[in-house]
Amino acid sequence: MKEIRDALAERLGTEIEWHEDLAGDPFAVVPPGKWLEACRAARDDERLSFDFLRNQTGTDVPADEVIEVVVHLFSYKHRHAFVMKTRVSRTDPVADSLVPVWPAANWYEREIYDLLGVRFTGHPDLRRLLLPEDWVGHPLRKDYARPESYQGIPTTRPGKEDR
Amino acid sequence: MSAPEDEVEIERGPGVAVAVGPLDGLLNLCRKNSLWYLLFGTACCAIELMQTGGPRTDTDRFGFVFRPTPRQADVLILAGTITYKMASRIRRLYDQMPEPKYVIAMGSCANTGGLFQASYSVVNGGDLIVPVDIYLPGCPCRPEALTEGLMLIQQKCEQEPWLAKAWGRTPEPAEPWPGRPREC
Repeated sequence: MKEIRDALAERLGTEIEWHEDLAGDPFAVVPPGKWLEACRAARDDERLSFDFLRNQTGTDVPADEVIEVVVHLFSYKHRHAFVMKTRVSRTDPVADSLVPVWPAANWYEREIYDLLGVRFTGHPDLRRLLLPEDWVGHPLRKDYARPESYQGIPTTRPGKEDR
Repeated sequence: MSAPEDEVEIERGPGVAVAVGPLDGLLNLCRKNSLWYLLFGTACCAIELMQTGGPRTDTDRFGFVFRPTPRQADVLILAGTITYKMASRIRRLYDQMPEPKYVIAMGSCANTGGLFQASYSVVNGGDLIVPVDIYLPGCPCRPEALTEGLMLIQQKCEQEPWLAKAWGRTPEPAEPWPGRPREC
């Protein structure tokens, strides 16, 4: 862990926030402007060699008015794993696409766009992945309200009193 | 509803059996013993649907055989959770089936949305998309229950004067989307 930390700090300086004391995996928070650079460094640096994007996901944190984009990385060369996050604004969520770094990010980012509405700049094909294309809103946002109906199908079941 | 005197009588002789009755009844006798269901499942109930078609339950003995095309199917079994994305596909499959056609809502999800009722992407019951004839409870329901559901469809077939209904009748336009949930 210390080697990862040192290597990343050397490449990116002091802009990275470290969280190692919390329960769960240690992680680094990278500012959105440095996101692509940090990920490229994580892949290309000899000491890191994160050649495998295990998972990429997003979290809505309304308390901090941010959406977190999280990558779970693994290196087959060094057999180590690491988690990196970036925080983008909740009102205008834009993050750099990681497809140029790991092509596997393509569908992950489409999923995050679909469910949380983060727009990834530089993504080759940013469409919804799971939901229908005419879907309104991004349902994994904490403030998502279910509409009354979808294409005329009511989204709630009529109760006995309505019949 | 057929009156008792309209019922089909089967007379058995040595090595031969003759069915005598009104045309409607004879037609229904044929119909109910050859109910073909669409080989279609949307979630885990489909596993139990496959099991029902297997040798242990052996629904072939009733004439329930799966068909891989909606154009040859009589029964649509909604086997599993229905998402909004799937809803239009299910409606299309239903519309492609020839009349007379029946729908079984298999399991909790197809009945009401079940466990996933509060989810943003799950339809709260198959009857919001297509008219449902039989509701089967269970999560999933056992092959025995599905067999009973199909046998209830048989009963329904038996009681319907389908020929009289279909003869000289202009086909009604398909129910407007969505179908209304029925009393159950």
